Amino acid sequence: MSDQERVLKFQIFRYNPQKKGDKPRMVTYEVTEAPGMTIFIALNEIREQQDPSIQFDFVCRAGICGSCAMVVNGQPTLACRTLTSKYEDGQIKLLPLPGFELIGDLSVNTGKFMRVMSERVESWIHDKYADEVNFEKLEERMDPDVADEIYELERCVECGCCVSACATKRMRPDFLSAVGFMRLARYALDPRDKRSDEEFYEIIGDDDGVFGCMTLLGCEDYCPKDLPHQTRIAYLRRKMALVR
Amino acid sequence: MKVIYTDSLVIGGGLAGLRVAIASMQRGFDTIVLSLIPAKRSHSAAAQGGMQASLGACIKGEGDDEDIHFSDTVKGSDWGCDQDVARMFVNTSPKAIRQLAAWGVPWSRVRGGDRDVIINGEKVTITEKNEAHGLITSRDFGGTKKWRTCFTSDGTGHTMLYAMDNKAIQMGIPIHERKEAIALIHEDGVCYGAIVRDLITGELTAYVAKATTIATGGYGRLYAVTTNAVISEGIGNAIALETGIATLGNMEAVQFHPTAIVPVGILTTEGCRGDGGLLLDKDGYRFMPDYEPDKKELASRDVVSRRMTEHMRKGKGVPSRYGDHLWLDITLLGRKHIEKNLREVKEICEYFLGIDPVEEYIPVRPTQHYSMGGIRTKATGESPALKGLFSAGEAACWDMHGFNRLGGNSVAETVVAGMIVGEYVADYCSANPLNVSTSTIQQFMKQEEKKITDLLVRDFGENPFQLKAEMQKIMMDKVGIFRNGEDLEQAVEELKVLSQRAKKIALRNRISSSNPELVEAIRVPKMIKLAQCVAYGAMLRTESRGAHAREDYPERNDRDWLKRTLTTWKDDFSDLPEVTYEDLDVMKMEMPPGSRGYGVDNTVQHPDTVRREQEIQEIKKTNPGADRYELQELLNPILIPEKFKGKNERIGRGFK
Repeated sequence: MSDQERVLKFQIFRYNPQKKGDKPRMVTYEVTEAPGMTIFIALNEIREQQDPSIQFDFVCRAGICGSCAMVVNGQPTLACRTLTSKYEDGQIKLLPLPGFELIGDLSVNTGKFMRVMSERVESWIHDKYADEVNFEKLEERMDPDVADEIYELERCVECGCCVSACATKRMRPDFLSAVGFMRLARYALDPRDKRSDEEFYEIIGDDDGVFGCMTLLGCEDYCPKDLPHQTRIAYLRRKMALVR
Repeated sequence: MKVIYTDSLVIGGGLAGLRVAIASMQRGFDTIVLSLIPAKRSHSAAAQGGMQASLGACIKGEGDDEDIHFSDTVKGSDWGCDQDVARMFVNTSPKAIRQLAAWGVPWSRVRGGDRDVIINGEKVTITEKNEAHGLITSRDFGGTKKWRTCFTSDGTGHTMLYAMDNKAIQMGIPIHERKEAIALIHEDGVCYGAIVRDLITGELTAYVAKATTIATGGYGRLYAVTTNAVISEGIGNAIALETGIATLGNMEAVQFHPTAIVPVGILTTEGCRGDGGLLLDKDGYRFMPDYEPDKKELASRDVVSRRMTEHMRKGKGVPSRYGDHLWLDITLLGRKHIEKNLREVKEICEYFLGIDPVEEYIPVRPTQHYSMGGIRTKATGESPALKGLFSAGEAACWDMHGFNRLGGNSVAETVVAGMIVGEYVADYCSANPLNVSTSTIQQFMKQEEKKITDLLVRDFGENPFQLKAEMQKIMMDKVGIFRNGEDLEQAVEELKVLSQRAKKIALRNRISSSNPELVEAIRVPKMIKLAQCVAYGAMLRTESRGAHAREDYPERNDRDWLKRTLTTWKDDFSDLPEVTYEDLDVMKMEMPPGSRGYGVDNTVQHPDTVRREQEIQEIKKTNPGADRYELQELLNPILIPEKFKGKNERIGRGFK
């Protein structure tokens, strides 16, 4: 951590679609850097001291809830855990995450997108007996390694970085994207989910699904949780190719 | 006027709210969940270390059961909890965890055979039983006799919340995101929903419902430094308070977690210490055994936080530009363990501190973490004062935590309370017609519209961000870990002044739609009222109990203070809430007040304690054949929904 004070220049995308006549533009704000400053801290300082109208989304501010993904100097990432000291020239350009409905400024509607994704891949355990389970009795056993593997894939925080970094998604508006594949891969691995490969094929067995992926792997490069997108997409593709 | 009708309105989309919504939907009631944010981003996701349920599958959990969980919880609460509720909770928690296992949570599992663990700073080999292989395992946590905290790595809250929200999506429960409830609608002592502001369009809608459940989490953001998410501002509590009818319970009971990182206050889980991590001072010396020879780093959170503060006051803290801190050492756990079971902690250290906790110590300090206080409810989750208003989870003072919550009991509460309160919400929906007059709805709508218009037209006035920062500073400096009469009196006076200033907020950005400054202007006066409830309650409570530690009244005083603080705010023009007290009845306690076994025992006894102890001995003597279930029934008969009454099976023990 450097003790030297320097002035950071934030160039921030501003546009409020709720406000009649408002036009998209970039606005520059100056902030004196503090030790350990994150983009979360800097944006709040701008809001409190310079422009109270600026919109952005933070919830946990600890890198675990996925609310604050935005494009920082050209790269989609979680703003809350991005230290300003990372940028040597002190120039930080912030844009909202592309691929999602814009709410205003840096705020996008990932929630709406993710709900649709969850409904599309039916992001839940498919087992008609799941609701009848007798919870007074010992739970069904699970191999400890399988439980750990499922958790690896379930670490996704639905931040949307993979969606915004996906070239296929730019070309195919209905492309499911890595977040959806990862979710499905998680359920395909889970012995509690009784869906067959044929049923998974119905969801992802086309060009808006796993066969549309051009393997450019922006998802893998920008996933803040380092999820294994590449191997999981390849795995799903092999599995689906064997169905028909 | 836009009006949406439903049976069960749930405010808050975290674990507790979603579980209540699932229960009402399962019972066939129309249900809507309101959330400030997408539900999967709720603060429940931040629970790292785990959920307490006495499954007893792991070898160090062997012999565990509801009774031991109950005893740990009551001791943890410093006898401030409602023992009926603690009982309902411990008996239902194993069911909740098993249900979540069926709904998809990938709980970490027992692996039969030998494994190395760190206990008391030493490497020890323990042997897990092969018959338990594949069952849900557990780790050690503070203030517990057994290893009872079930987990998925250190992302427990995340996996629970994802499973719960996915279940809600499967059931087609509508979750209205980016909506904020700003006032409750009520008539003749009955609650009928809320006035809700759309955070994008600014539009106000009346959500009119038979039953309204507040599950909006805690009020950690009343403090400048907290582990809580930025949305944990207590607004659900505040709108209940502003009815002038609903009561808040034990608002002064605020927990400080021993290990949040310095300076930003992000949590590192209690699992760090549960798994063998140590607390060290500036000399690299492990000081906790000197203070707490028995439980050491794993005494309850209130005790560990105070011991840490005490030690820093002796000049043993590590000086830094952000003030003194101590070290959390998890290096002894090894890379493999940290990367598997404490990976969120590792990520947090890397990103926010630029250190690798496998190699380096973590700078930590006790930090505001949990709100034991909240909307006072009966065991059913319903407000005893305002009919039709329910609350569950951290927002509620259901009161299983009393004056200190045990680690692992909060996510457990969210789902258990969600299950139990959810059934009572459904019962309420089936027993009560929706009977509210349109003019009442309109009156509440007009009132809220006017408040917003007033804010938008005022030319000069106070800055809401500044008021909030001042309030947060008062709470940090004067209503913290150690409290005293003088500081608290000052805090109360200063908050009165802030409360007046908060009536004159003016905006720089005067638009009614999506507007963070307006959001702040609506919330800050509410937050100042809550802060006053905390400060005033703390000032009046002249004893120390659990997390409420008075330097001028260091003893736990059961004789005068074995009671719950109840707060109402009847007059909007008043600067102070009205405070009354509800006695805890020793003669009904399953476990009469005693020593916690950690911390300082300087209790002023309640006159009934000895009587009740004798009575319990008598009951035991006259029922020599009674098993533990029958005995509990005799000592602490509880009301619990039929479907949760069954006994819980355990490996090697059956249903005994």
